[in-house]
Amino acid sequence: MSKQSRKKGLRHFFQRGPWENAAVAGIICGVFMLMQPFSMLLYRYSFVVILFFTLGFVIVSHFPEGEDG
Amino acid sequence: MTTKDKTTFIQKLALATPEPIARKARGLSDRALAWLFISPTIILLLAINIFPLLWTIYLSFTNYHANRPNMHVRWIGLRNYERILGREDVWEFMQITAHFVFWTMLLQVLIGFTLALLINRNFKGASFWVTVILIPMMLSPAVVGTFWTYLYQPQTGIFSYIINAFHNFGPIDMIGSVKLAPWAIIIVDTWMWTPYIVLLTLAGLRSIPDYLYEAAEIDRANSWQKFWHITFPRVLPFLMLAVLFRGIENFKMFDMVAELTSGGPGSVTEVVSIALKRAAFESWKTGYASALAIILFVTVFALGNIYVKALNRVKQ
Repeated sequence: MSKQSRKKGLRHFFQRGPWENAAVAGIICGVFMLMQPFSMLLYRYSFVVILFFTLGFVIVSHFPEGEDG
Repeated sequence: MTTKDKTTFIQKLALATPEPIARKARGLSDRALAWLFISPTIILLLAINIFPLLWTIYLSFTNYHANRPNMHVRWIGLRNYERILGREDVWEFMQITAHFVFWTMLLQVLIGFTLALLINRNFKGASFWVTVILIPMMLSPAVVGTFWTYLYQPQTGIFSYIINAFHNFGPIDMIGSVKLAPWAIIIVDTWMWTPYIVLLTLAGLRSIPDYLYEAAEIDRANSWQKFWHITFPRVLPFLMLAVLFRGIENFKMFDMVAELTSGGPGSVTEVVSIALKRAAFESWKTGYASALAIILFVTVFALGNIYVKALNRVKQ
């Protein structure tokens, strides 16, 4: 695989859109874990999940936009 | 003196001028001037926002008690976070907050959307009713909390009087009853912030071009089909934006609840920001309260990021 096509492949992989959507889903999941009335275990790990996906969101929001915008 | 002579003279004068005087005469560069103008704001921002935030993060890892300034402050690592995330009472405060956020959002969206649809019909006096509907939103939450405590008085309050006009329940103690107190704060928040949903939904409704409805009429679409395929999808981004913004605000709701119930009776209306205030200024567990504040901050920051993303999508 040439250097050029590998670079293109990486650029395609690190598109902002899907990663940002995944981070948003993770944050929503974390907030649900924080406030749900069902499991203490979910509550215990909620902050770690929120923190992880928030930092993830900050990082992936610096990724380049995809070709389709 | 010719122009050329003049230029030579100025050049000679410039070279002959001592450096300190020349520097003064040249003045500040554009970049230096820009920094000079924004530096007061940056200093203020650092002093008021950034420093307290960093200090709170530091305190959250200590056993600091603000009422014992001479006590040795010990670094206890993640113990405050472990305590908060392992305690059932804090989990319960989160659930109380969730109950408050869920019901206020649901009621506000339902009532706000319906009112916006009615106002959008452009009847006579519509703009007057828009103004009337928007009044609660313009009031201070502390004022709203205070006068609703009077309205909720079981013996003399108008709320109990109106409910009893429909059915004789006897005096209704909205604030003092364990069952009714959570609904008391939900009703007040709904009364106060439904206008915000109305305003944003109305903006969404008025941005729908008429030709879409005209095309739907040509296709013989009925009212329900027009609502479901044109109105609702077009208004949804505005509605989502309003829900996200109000959701974040209600997650950290303090003033109105503090004024109405102060978290009582017992702790049935103790939303998480009231619990935070109690830990910080009644139990004086400053390190513990700082850790709770950081958990809330990260959650609000995370939701804020989603809000900004949604806002950008609506703008597009």
